[in-house]
Amino acid sequence: MAITAPLVQPASHLWSISPWRISHVRRELADTFTLTLDPPADAADAAAAFLPGQFNMLYVFGCGEVPISISGAAGEGGRLKHTIRAVGAVTRALRQLRAGDVVGVRGPFGAGWPIDDTAGSDVVIVAGGIGLAPLRPAVEAILHARERYGRFIVLYGARSPEDILFARDLGRWSSRLDTYVDVTVDRAAGAWRGNVGLVTALIARVGLEAEHTVAFLCGPEAMMRFAVGALAKRGVEAGRTYLSLERNMKCGVGLCGRCQLAGHFVCRDGPVFRLDRIPNVFQVREL
Amino acid sequence: MAGATRPDDGACVLDTGALEQLIELLRADGYRVVGPQVTDGAIVLNTIAGASDLPAGVTDDQEPGRYRLRQGTPEALFGYAAPPQGWKRFLFAPDETLWRAVRTEGGFRCEEEPLASGRTAMLGVRPCDLRAVDILDQVFTRSGVVDPRYQARRAATLIIAVECTQAGGTCFCASMGSGPDIVADDANSGADIILTEYTTAGAPLLLARPVSGRGGELLASVQCRQATAADCEAAAEAVKSAARSMGRQMPADVATLVGRSLDHPHWEDVAARCLGCGNCTAVCPTCFCSTVEDSTDIAGTTAERRRRWDSCFTRDFSTLHGGPIRSSGAARYRQWLAHKLAHWWEQFGRSGCVGCGRCITWCPVGIDITAEARALTEREGRTDANH
Ligand SMILES: Cc1cc2nc3c(=O)[nH]c(=O)nc-3n(C[C@H](O)[C@H](O)[C@H](O)COP(=O)(O)OP(=O)(O)OC[C@H]3O[C@@H](n4cnc5c(N)ncnc54)[C@H](O)[C@@H]3O)c2cc1C
Ligand code: SF4
Ligand code: SF4
Ligand code: FES
Repeated sequence: MAITAPLVQPASHLWSISPWRISHVRRELADTFTLTLDPPADAADAAAAFLPGQFNMLYVFGCGEVPISISGAAGEGGRLKHTIRAVGAVTRALRQLRAGDVVGVRGPFGAGWPIDDTAGSDVVIVAGGIGLAPLRPAVEAILHARERYGRFIVLYGARSPEDILFARDLGRWSSRLDTYVDVTVDRAAGAWRGNVGLVTALIARVGLEAEHTVAFLCGPEAMMRFAVGALAKRGVEAGRTYLSLERNMKCGVGLCGRCQLAGHFVCRDGPVFRLDRIPNVFQVREL
Repeated sequence: MAGATRPDDGACVLDTGALEQLIELLRADGYRVVGPQVTDGAIVLNTIAGASDLPAGVTDDQEPGRYRLRQGTPEALFGYAAPPQGWKRFLFAPDETLWRAVRTEGGFRCEEEPLASGRTAMLGVRPCDLRAVDILDQVFTRSGVVDPRYQARRAATLIIAVECTQAGGTCFCASMGSGPDIVADDANSGADIILTEYTTAGAPLLLARPVSGRGGELLASVQCRQATAADCEAAAEAVKSAARSMGRQMPADVATLVGRSLDHPHWEDVAARCLGCGNCTAVCPTCFCSTVEDSTDIAGTTAERRRRWDSCFTRDFSTLHGGPIRSSGAARYRQWLAHKLAHWWEQFGRSGCVGCGRCITWCPVGIDITAEARALTEREGRTDANH
């Protein structure tokens, strides 16, 4: 099961940024929003060809550029969707933008989720917090070709009920008979009637046949470390576990060196890795 | 091995006058000729007007944390080791604008900064540095996405390499397989001409081997005599003496050693001495990391992006929202050493260290990459006990 090969950009486009226009801004959570972007006229065709799990570098005029995963499903009329949590200079500047404003886009970059290569398997998706954003196109792609997969399980953990991202989508997915969705929160007050606890608890009790199962994980690194442990306990091997990693990135194409993780460039060889290719990541501190 | 053993490959012998002619030819051809010269007590690579700008009769003492020039073999033009700054900056600019953007009614328009124009001849590139250029070529032009700015500069560069006949105090190229001779086949070395300086009857001469077609044309246009077997033997012997006098070496199995030592307690030991200044990455001829900086003018109507050399010794290098991944000095030193000696193999199928010794000479506290690597072996037995 090879991870889908990265798309190589022609050299002349290495640094050039294409201006996409915001057609819609959706407030998701107190600090999180989704931008829907329309391609510039000269890029309309190729514009939104991407693999679930890939990312773009988003540029705010004069302010800076940050890696952000594509959160929309493929084929949304050539549009791009990015779901962003405002945490620092550039992501806060992105939050200031409104419909009609322009965002610079460079990409798509990186290796995505092995959607085609895992057809025939049961799939467990484990997401934490904003980590659901890069997994959303994977969920939609699997649902789009649902008959090609076995059991399909989506497990999601958020800090609190107010931090549950894409609640509408989670509801839509869970209303399907062919998809099992379970959500938990770290802490809750008031009316929350759902699970409280770590996403690892959901893994411990879900029904799965390890030898047919592949797992896709994205979330804070600590959460992924525990989730990988919980999956291993259930018999899901490293060779069937995929995770999306985050590193500081400047170029997105393996040239600036910032995103190195041991012998890998996370931007180019990842961000989605099969766990047995990066066995050190949770063992060696500060790698 | 040093190809200078047969006189039948167009090799010829240049004296200083012929070298002068060669430089003149290049200048007349529109090349900016860059070579070593003495500036402020160090050998610096800069534009030279002729052979008289070269550091004649000068040699260097290099030790961990120490560099000093002194009198060397009279009249020898290349009797010293790797100069403080390598050639990297002529191919990969330390600070350059990538593009400028202007606000337009509909948004903004990006214009890429024009690629470098103008040809450069690099005169005096040592075997270790020649290997480093090939390593950078691989990083920037042979690993997937091509960096157009590097590629343009490299394509406009002519290289006149000089084999080493005197080992510097911190060199260990022989154990890295990158010197003191041109270890690759001449044809695959990346040089256009290869020079070797040797002495007959007290006078230094340069044996010149043409490598590229352009190099051959140039040599054919200067007044020099064909090399004899005796010239070639004298030159080869001079290079061998450099190999013999090299005091340092890297442990042979260093890549696997480092790969299995990521948890080693010795990283803490180095971190206690390391100042985290990043001198080593700045002088290393193969470090390629960079950062970009976006800015606008005060009116906010034009923006630009600059790219600058960066170092894995900074905290910012690995920063994610919430702080750096490599927050400890030990993790940052480990990144440097492990990348050079181990992870480079996974990325590029070879070592990222060419044994030039610069990081040892220019470390203010004299940390020696070969000694730190060796310490991983010596203390290996203790790893288990400490964990
Ligand atoms: C492959 C990939 C996909 C990502 N997808 C998303 C997404 O879909 N939604 C989302 O909200 N966030 C995503 N992130 C994280 C996002 O890139 C960071 O939150 C963002 O870079 C923070 O920049 P800032 O200027 O707002 O913060 P600051 O803290 O001001 O940034 C300072 C510096 O740190 C870097 N930096 C800070 N945090 C990160 C980080 N987490 N990852 C990489 N570089 C960082 C910045 O680029 C900048 O150089 C992704 C990161 C990666 C690597
Ligand atoms: S690591 Fe040190 S010795 Fe090796 S190439 Fe870099 S500067 Fe030279
Ligand atoms: S990661 Fe560090 S050692 Fe490796 S190339 Fe970049 S600056 Fe040099
Ligand atoms: S982001 Fe530049 S090498 Fe990965």
